[in-house]
Amino acid sequence: MRSDLELIDEWIQPNIRVLDLACGPGELLQHLIDNKKISGYGLEIDPDDLNTCIEKGVPVLEQNIDEGLQNFEDQSFDLVLMTHALQQFRRPDLLIDEMLRIGKECIITFPNFGHWRSRLHLALKGRMPVSEFLPYNWYDTPNIHFFTFQDFERLCREKDIKVLRWAAVDGHLRDHWWIRSMPNLFSETAIFHISR
Amino acid sequence: MSDAIPVDSVGIVTPQIALFETPLALSCGQALSSYQLIYETYGTLNERASNAILVCHALSGDHHAAGYHTMADGSRESKPGWWDSAIGPGKAIDTNHFFVISLNNLGGCCGSTGPTSINPETKQVWGADFPIVTVEDWVESQARLADKLGIKTFAAIVGGSLGGMQVLEWSIRFPDRIKAAVVIASAPKLSTQNIAFNEVARQSIRRDPDFFNGQYLDNNTVPTNGLGLARMLGHITYLSGDAMNAKFGRQMRHDSYQYNYDIEFEVESYLRYQGEAFTKRFDANTYMLMTKTLDYFDPAARANGNLAAVLKRAQCEFLLVSFTTDWRFSPERSEEIVNALIKAGKQVSYAKITSEGGHDAFLFPIPRYMTALNTFLTRVANRLATETN
Repeated sequence: MRSDLELIDEWIQPNIRVLDLACGPGELLQHLIDNKKISGYGLEIDPDDLNTCIEKGVPVLEQNIDEGLQNFEDQSFDLVLMTHALQQFRRPDLLIDEMLRIGKECIITFPNFGHWRSRLHLALKGRMPVSEFLPYNWYDTPNIHFFTFQDFERLCREKDIKVLRWAAVDGHLRDHWWIRSMPNLFSETAIFHISR
Repeated sequence: MSDAIPVDSVGIVTPQIALFETPLALSCGQALSSYQLIYETYGTLNERASNAILVCHALSGDHHAAGYHTMADGSRESKPGWWDSAIGPGKAIDTNHFFVISLNNLGGCCGSTGPTSINPETKQVWGADFPIVTVEDWVESQARLADKLGIKTFAAIVGGSLGGMQVLEWSIRFPDRIKAAVVIASAPKLSTQNIAFNEVARQSIRRDPDFFNGQYLDNNTVPTNGLGLARMLGHITYLSGDAMNAKFGRQMRHDSYQYNYDIEFEVESYLRYQGEAFTKRFDANTYMLMTKTLDYFDPAARANGNLAAVLKRAQCEFLLVSFTTDWRFSPERSEEIVNALIKAGKQVSYAKITSEGGHDAFLFPIPRYMTALNTFLTRVANRLATETN
């Protein structure tokens, strides 16, 4: 399982109802179904990922998240998840509103563009950072919003969203004291557990 | 047909007939004292009778879903079944794993009791007097066929369009007799527009002078014009605008306009041919009846329009499939079912297949569609295998 998935696993209660937005090949959902007895659905539009989910028996729905989530009722899920995808959608702010409408709580993970290596890359090379974790060029990247740990925190404050807990880790999920003390500079992946 | 049977075909199949002497009470209030169902099977039923898949046909379908009736060239019987591309060894509905049953529904005209059968009470052809049967009645009769074949629980029930409605009804009516439901290009009820199309189809049949109030067989005729028209209309609605454009465009029969009402554009010729061909294989009363069957289906009505409340009963897992250019049973209609299943907390997956084929796409072997169907059913088969051990 992808490292950020392993970490949030600890935050998820058993037997709850989960909606996983942009679930990919359904790794996290399958893990949660098998080990935490959760029930849930993934949303995905990639045909191969959809098929992988069906193969595993992970309930998956072909739905374009950018076209809206109106079909999901208010507070109809205990938890709405989105791992490493928020930066790919047209209006992350509105999407977070929607996630908090549908779910009682949300867990969102995203790549922190404030990481020192990204900053150094831009400062010294003068070009958009390309990393092992985000291996795209500026013109073909699905990541259309670049934001940092701090940016996200600020958005939560502006929207009166409660941060229940957060984690900041490096690319290998290592949780060092220096990352904790300066997450905006040292974390590669930020993880937020939020609610209204 | 070529002389050799393709290796992935179920081969030569012989339809079988099941007779039922126990009266079947119908939704309309009438009862059929006795009736018969014609069906075909492909593959082998395992010892525990746990590997059966029921395939439910759509408006103009029949029991001949796969394989060939004969290898003789030229005859209609030499054509493969209507879903041969999906049923066979190694195909999406894999007969190496499953025992597949396909029947002609009650009210049909291909061998099951229907308007062209003899009414045992009058000893005359039923004709228009044949009672209108509903999806619920069909499912009831299919369950009796399953009883007769020793099948308690279906591993899966699969159907497109009107067939999908039967699958949905199965999941509600017999939740303990179906483990997996595949509902393709279907809807929880017809839209107003769809009912309107059906009414035009029926009126074109009824207004044919050869209809004789449905007793045309007594008058040794058939309302070919009306039935042909109904089918032409249907064909337009089963295709997408783009597909028709791609297939025919404004292709003309002659080099220049003839300024008359003969066939000018190729699409006119196609529609006339399709209409006429249909009248040779299908009964007008059956067509009218089955359009009514479509119109009446509305399981949510049993719970004041709350589909999720009705689907609460279902125990199986679901696969829903829709096609992007299908406007007769659009993706939004499949999504109504999906959303109700989510609300009811049921296990459901949903694939929206990109296709130019309109509603007819559900009959085409579109790779992504076939892969999704096969992947879903392979899991069903694997689970069966572990249950056996």
